[in-house]
Amino acid sequence: MKHNGKRAFLSGNAAIARGAWEAGIRFASAYPGTPSTEILEHCGEYAEIDAQWAVNEKTAMETVIGAAYGGARSLCAQKHVGLNVAADPFFTVSYTGVNAGLVIVTADDPGMHSSQNEQDNRNYAMMAKMPMFEPSDSQEAKDMTIAAIEISEKYDTPVIIRTTTRVSHSESIVELSERKEAPEREFVKDMAKYCVLPNNARKLHVKVEARQKALAELGCKIEFNRIEKTSSKIGIITSGISYCHAKEVFPDVSYLKLGFSYPFPTELIKKFASEVETLIVIEENDPFIETAVRAMGINCIGKDRIPVCGELNPDIIHESLKEFTEKQMPETVKFEGLDIPLRPPVLCPGCPHRGVFYTLRKLNCTVTGDIGCYSLGAFAPHNAMHTIVCMGASVTNALGIEKAMKEKIHGKLVAVMGESTFMHSGMTGLLDTVYNKGRHVTMILDNSITAMTGHQPNPASGKTLKGEPTKALNIENLCKALGFDNVHVVDPFDLVSVESTLKTALKDEQPSVIITKRPCILLKDYKPKVRLVSINRDKCVKCGMCQKLGCPAIEVNPEDGKTVINQALCVHCGLCAKVCRPGAITQAEEEVK
Amino acid sequence: MTTNILLCGVGGQGTLLASNLLAECAMEAGFDVKKSEIHGMAQRGGSVVSHVRFGEKIDSPIIRKGECDILLSFEELESIRWAEYLKKDGLIITNSQHILPMSVSAGNAVYPKNIQEILSSKSIQTIAVDAIGKAKELGNQKCLNVVLVGLLAKRLPMIDEKIWPEMIKKMLPEKLQKLNLEAFQAGRNIA
Ligand SMILES: Cc1ncc(C[n+]2csc(CCOP(=O)(O)OP(=O)(O)O)c2C)c(N)n1
Repeated sequence: MKHNGKRAFLSGNAAIARGAWEAGIRFASAYPGTPSTEILEHCGEYAEIDAQWAVNEKTAMETVIGAAYGGARSLCAQKHVGLNVAADPFFTVSYTGVNAGLVIVTADDPGMHSSQNEQDNRNYAMMAKMPMFEPSDSQEAKDMTIAAIEISEKYDTPVIIRTTTRVSHSESIVELSERKEAPEREFVKDMAKYCVLPNNARKLHVKVEARQKALAELGCKIEFNRIEKTSSKIGIITSGISYCHAKEVFPDVSYLKLGFSYPFPTELIKKFASEVETLIVIEENDPFIETAVRAMGINCIGKDRIPVCGELNPDIIHESLKEFTEKQMPETVKFEGLDIPLRPPVLCPGCPHRGVFYTLRKLNCTVTGDIGCYSLGAFAPHNAMHTIVCMGASVTNALGIEKAMKEKIHGKLVAVMGESTFMHSGMTGLLDTVYNKGRHVTMILDNSITAMTGHQPNPASGKTLKGEPTKALNIENLCKALGFDNVHVVDPFDLVSVESTLKTALKDEQPSVIITKRPCILLKDYKPKVRLVSINRDKCVKCGMCQKLGCPAIEVNPEDGKTVINQALCVHCGLCAKVCRPGAITQAEEEVK
Repeated sequence: MTTNILLCGVGGQGTLLASNLLAECAMEAGFDVKKSEIHGMAQRGGSVVSHVRFGEKIDSPIIRKGECDILLSFEELESIRWAEYLKKDGLIITNSQHILPMSVSAGNAVYPKNIQEILSSKSIQTIAVDAIGKAKELGNQKCLNVVLVGLLAKRLPMIDEKIWPEMIKKMLPEKLQKLNLEAFQAGRNIA
């Protein structure tokens, strides 16, 4: 990474990567997921860090555990729900401890800007008995990453860094330092430590409990937990981004800022509470700190006023705690009665997923969906999705629906997922489908990239995170090896083939896979041949067929109700020409040179 | 004194570069700076917003509703969507271009008419310019963002005017510098 001078304006994610580099981290692995993705991308910019995309969060976690055992300071990063996937090794590495330092980043998404739930992963720290940092800005994100490595090695424990979207994706000024290489740590055979057979694990658990006590003591003196004393009237305990928001509303009260929030620094909390008249706990989502405070027998104000659901901001904190400040809420303009049309994300013009949803809707299929750009198939005008649960669930949800509904659903049921999702956790479900005699159709939408999270390469792309060529997975062969006798490959722009293949597959008694293959239109080095699309508006009969594609480049002229093609947006994929009944929209035969 | 600038637009219009440029210039001018935006989805076409705050010491990266000094809008509908963030005597600078949301282009919703009149009925001072036209005139509509930054820069006297062109040179690859320096000047000269 290029930084001129000693200060840089970095996002929380870039700062974590910088901290990893400065702390001598040598290995990093992750599966992408908003808002954590850029951590690994930035790690990959440093020559000294071997950074890689894993197939899923569990394989990433297991690999960094191995790297830490093997003697390399290591880091893995995931979005909050990613830690669910990695939870199995995560809980146990707390017992074994590490050799070289290990940092586990969880990036939570309060407010669900791009997630399916808003689980508060601070609870994972408590359940796994692992120490946790909560940075409030980019400087802290960097400093805490470095401190996490130190603590990890000193206390023989993995250390969690828990960010939220507003920390990961906000930018602020960071002081930079140089990298300090770590001394080699030899991997010594130690079965009592590294092999969690029940008899070993019982002893390791005792060690973990002792470690918890030592870390709680550390929490009472570490500089990241600090008391800012001004008055003795109101005292606020807070952590992470909530600290920044609270400061806007209550600039003059006393604070206990918890940067190293778990294990709870009990004595420090008790001391602070005893010095103030009114104690308020301000935190996003769950009453994590508040519950601990109450368990100490200390009364406080918290989730009785501050909402559990959604992201906090200064306005919400002010509104919830009005009675504790003389400050008035800022005045705002209101536009009563004005309808401002929303602008949600849509499938891009030229998106290869579009034709699939058009066809699924046309054939009135029951569709179990998955998580990726194609989740947008659930929106109008497609509305072509019945379920979305988590990555990989499309195929197994379908299998379950079949088991419940039997012949009522046969011939109608389709599971839809992307190729990255297929490799992440879809292929195990496909094996389940074959083994347990399912017969639904699974569509794998292969756009050659993990698109939703901003274009990360994956095992089917033939490229690593660092851009090196590597073996590319053949998805078709893999599906055959899983036991599918019917594996079809179609071009999603060829609507006729998509429809006929889907009809054939739905009739089949055996389960089948249809792979739709075409690169994401936003792919940088993808330059498809262009045949121009145009419309003869005299021939438009306002049948609305082109509208069913949900393409942003297709507009209705409000005056005559006929279609207009917005040439600034159109990428000439030609789908609209294929569905236009009166032949008003056409695509040229000749390619543009 | 803290200055709060909200930048809003439609995914793909280049708001990110504009907010980066603003933040880096404010940092160069010696201020503490924070910036916040939500990104993650690759798709184009959604509503996007960036908060940029600078001053002596910044706590929250988010601008409070009713405390934004200048709203720099890349599209007219977005200017009114985010107008409630403006403080009482705040200013809107907007590109007068219309980009239709899907619901409007499909004929299921209407694009509000007379946005300028609605804003002025609330005594909001607005500068609406054909920035996209200016960008096209300069030969590339992608420099729309820097045209708008030029308009904004003129209203931020606390950032020395020499900092902006220097930062444009620092942040952009050489082949794009000339176009964007022209775009910046053009923006300054429009209004
Ligand atoms: C467990 C988990 N990890 C990561 C994510 C973030 N995420 C959402 S969609 C997606 C990948 C989608 O890729 P693909 O299936 O290939 O579909 P595309 O977006 O390319 O169409 C990821 C990584 C998540 N939602 N859940």
